[in-house]
Amino acid sequence: MLSDWQQLIFGRLTASDFVHDPIMAGAGIGMAGALVLAMIGLTYFKKWKWLWQNWITSLDPKKIGVMYIVVAVIMLLRGLADALLLRAQQITNGSTEVLTSDHFQQIFSAHGTIMIFFVAMGLIFGIFNLIIPAQIGARDVAFPFLNSVSFWLFAAGMILINAPLIVGEFSTAGWLAYPPLSELQYSPGVGVDYWIWSLQIAGIGSLLSGINFFVTILKMRAPGMTMMKMPIFVWSALSSLSLVMFAFPILTATLGMLSLDRLMGMHFFTSGAGGNPMLYVNLIWAWGHPEVYILALPAFGIFSEIVATFSGKRLFGYKSMVVALIAITVLSFTVWLHHFFTMGAGADVNTFFGIMTMVIAIPTGVKVFNWIFTMYRGRVRFTTPMLWFMGFIVTFTLGGLTGVLMSVPAADFQFHNSLFLVAHFHNMIVGGVVFGVFAGVTYWFPKFTGFTLNERLGKYAFWLWIVGFLLAFVPLYILGFMGATRRLDHYDPSLGWQGLFIVAGVGVLLICLGVAFQVLQVIVSIKQRKENRVGSDPWNGRTLEWATASPPEEYNFAVIPTVTTRDAFWEMKKAKHHEVTPEYADIWVPKRSGVGAIIGLLSLIFGLAIIWHIIWLVVVSFIAIVVAIIMRVTSDDTEEKISAAAITKREMNRSAA
Amino acid sequence: MRKDKKRNLHRVWQVVISSFVTVVIIALLVFVTVGRDIPVLNPQGLIAEQERNLIIITTAMGLFVVIPVFIMLFAVAWRYRASNRRAIYRPDFESHRGFEALWWGIPCVIIIILGIITVVSTHALDPYKPLDSNVKPVKVQVIAMEWKWLFIYPDKGIATLNYLNIPKDTPIDFTITSDAPMNSLWIPALAGQVYAMSGMSTQLHLMANSVGTYNGTSSNISGDGFADMTFKVNSMNESDFTTWATTSTTSRNILTQDEYKTLSVPSHNNPETTYMLMDTSLYNEVIMKYMSPGGQSSDASNTDASGAKR
Repeated sequence: MLSDWQQLIFGRLTASDFVHDPIMAGAGIGMAGALVLAMIGLTYFKKWKWLWQNWITSLDPKKIGVMYIVVAVIMLLRGLADALLLRAQQITNGSTEVLTSDHFQQIFSAHGTIMIFFVAMGLIFGIFNLIIPAQIGARDVAFPFLNSVSFWLFAAGMILINAPLIVGEFSTAGWLAYPPLSELQYSPGVGVDYWIWSLQIAGIGSLLSGINFFVTILKMRAPGMTMMKMPIFVWSALSSLSLVMFAFPILTATLGMLSLDRLMGMHFFTSGAGGNPMLYVNLIWAWGHPEVYILALPAFGIFSEIVATFSGKRLFGYKSMVVALIAITVLSFTVWLHHFFTMGAGADVNTFFGIMTMVIAIPTGVKVFNWIFTMYRGRVRFTTPMLWFMGFIVTFTLGGLTGVLMSVPAADFQFHNSLFLVAHFHNMIVGGVVFGVFAGVTYWFPKFTGFTLNERLGKYAFWLWIVGFLLAFVPLYILGFMGATRRLDHYDPSLGWQGLFIVAGVGVLLICLGVAFQVLQVIVSIKQRKENRVGSDPWNGRTLEWATASPPEEYNFAVIPTVTTRDAFWEMKKAKHHEVTPEYADIWVPKRSGVGAIIGLLSLIFGLAIIWHIIWLVVVSFIAIVVAIIMRVTSDDTEEKISAAAITKREMNRSAA
Repeated sequence: MRKDKKRNLHRVWQVVISSFVTVVIIALLVFVTVGRDIPVLNPQGLIAEQERNLIIITTAMGLFVVIPVFIMLFAVAWRYRASNRRAIYRPDFESHRGFEALWWGIPCVIIIILGIITVVSTHALDPYKPLDSNVKPVKVQVIAMEWKWLFIYPDKGIATLNYLNIPKDTPIDFTITSDAPMNSLWIPALAGQVYAMSGMSTQLHLMANSVGTYNGTSSNISGDGFADMTFKVNSMNESDFTTWATTSTTSRNILTQDEYKTLSVPSHNNPETTYMLMDTSLYNEVIMKYMSPGGQSSDASNTDASGAKR
């Protein structure tokens, strides 16, 4: 009787679910402790109101962008800690029994999921928020409130994926949770459900963001900015966002079917009773491969802006670049099967997908050559962003080489699921996406703060990263050739793999040191902000974001610029026309709203409730979400006016200072 | 003047440090690599050898693009560094049809060649394709279990657990299934891998060239004991193999349906075992049990709806 009531109220949650082994408990307590400390700090310094008014309820994409990046950086630290534990286990080869195989498997599943969904995606969407509106000469995104909802869904997913550190356990089925391993039969616990629902919630946020920014780019460009006059970063974002819109529904549907299997005992992907796991593998990669390009294309865009700016020269082959972006966008949907050539699809099918994969190398190669030729006949300043660019070309080209190698099906049979593969995709995602974001953050940092990041520390960080990166991943290529598969928590010591794992571990340590230098760089730069203060255009920029103030006003542009050429700001500077004092008009900006954060919180509760089978709470939180949405969409009072007089005052003050 | 000197010294210092780091890294990698077995590059079987050759050809073709890219990258970056005032500066130089045609064209040509290689090699090395040989192939049925490998020799009336004996220079015809989550059968020294999936039967053909012992593994995560899913492959002379197969039929371990059920209980590190095969249709039965509606894999039968831990 008692247990019936208990189950009705708490679902399958019991007190024992809070008990963890020391490492996990340590991590959980550490995270909770940091949170409590932050709260105490906020209370002590009386910052709650500031946090609520300036950040949580803000609909300003610049604020939301910063929040995305902060969350992603915290998750990067978590993912790195996971990586350290994985390598520690492999270096000691299980002899110290630091981790049980179950815990080890939870960690690599979490590492992959967090790094892709909550680090890479967070960083990319953060940069979209910060840069896209300003670069197209707009004041805001198309749907400011939706943008806030997207972020808070992302944050809810982030909390959900870290919750297993405190209650329950995480999935042990790898970052893509292939069935039948991820089905009830083999994974009856809450782990896979945590995986499903954190991705489902964050994924819906990504999809909404994708639509939002897609519409923003199509409908809100400054007058005169035709498609072929858009900055190349905006083109790369447009390509990436169209992939988001086409790919993320596949993820949502796939996760939905897997959760139906698990909640309702259905048989979409079970290995018996009519289900078919191969279907899942196809679907998840039909999302998964475009996902790689969702991350990589914006990084290409960032590098295109950086190499043009620091070469003091137009981007070489703009039209080629656009064609290449579109080609990659389309092709990325035609290659998913290369993730499982080994499934036995037959030679004809494998040949088709192998060749399509190689074809992607062509537009990607064109981009590399165009970047190099942007420097040709330029005046290249080797600032930190340019170092990241150089590092990117080297690692990304090597990753491309190993990628082409694996696109040949018969060769892939020897590389699939080995550490060679692991090294390859880290080459692409770290060397491509993460380096791109680091370059972008360093490049755009002064735009949003008014001061530059410390160059010396940035350069130290870069060198530690690049050396650490090579040390961490070259051994994995070699281990792949030796027949080492991924996800091994121990191996036969007589194989002689330990030395290579140690070198790889040293590499991870160097990367951690690099990250430490980056954290230090931000702290030191904030301390020295007075000395490093710069104007609105510190790098001699080319695109419209550099025409705004640093940091930009809430409305970005007091007067919306008219665009006549590519590299609009560069041309404006060249024209040097003396600005007559402009006529300011009233500007309507969205009002603050806490509903986005509330929807995020309710989604978090919904996620926890469905994971733990607390049926009443699932129903209540779902209804609450619907009510919140209805209340918001029926409200007319969503905008407020900044009067022309106020704008004049602000603009005058700034030019006086 | 003094500033120049200081800068030059700084540059020399940079070169020294970076060369030192490079040498240390290379030495370190060589030190931890030499003397180890690298089966993918040191194949012992017909298929793995062809796959190795394919890997080398593809790498060479890739380097054909990669090396010029690296040279161009550093040459252009150095030549057009901001401090080099002698280099031409043309801020509006933004397109050149000839150059662009070159780097759309050359990769296209390379990909066409690679594409042809892919068509040929993918068909030639299709794991489902029987090997050309005068020798009668040995059939092996593979069942991936939680967490061990069962190899059935249907024509010999024997089965082995966690090890595989094969005659050299003889085609081995594998049919592969799983009575567990998805696995992948990989013997890098002999051939690339193929998935093992429950309710399905995949195929792999390979042939060992020499006598020796090679490592086999599962390369797809299949649960708690995944890392223990390794096995040894002993390639032996024809006569040794025949002797072994004959003596094995008298093994005291008998693989009946009951024995298989006992074996199906999840376990790690099962010792290598040789069985006399009683149930010759075991492989098919293992596949078929996933075919029946509500059959063995039906989730409800294994766990209660609340998903209590097994």
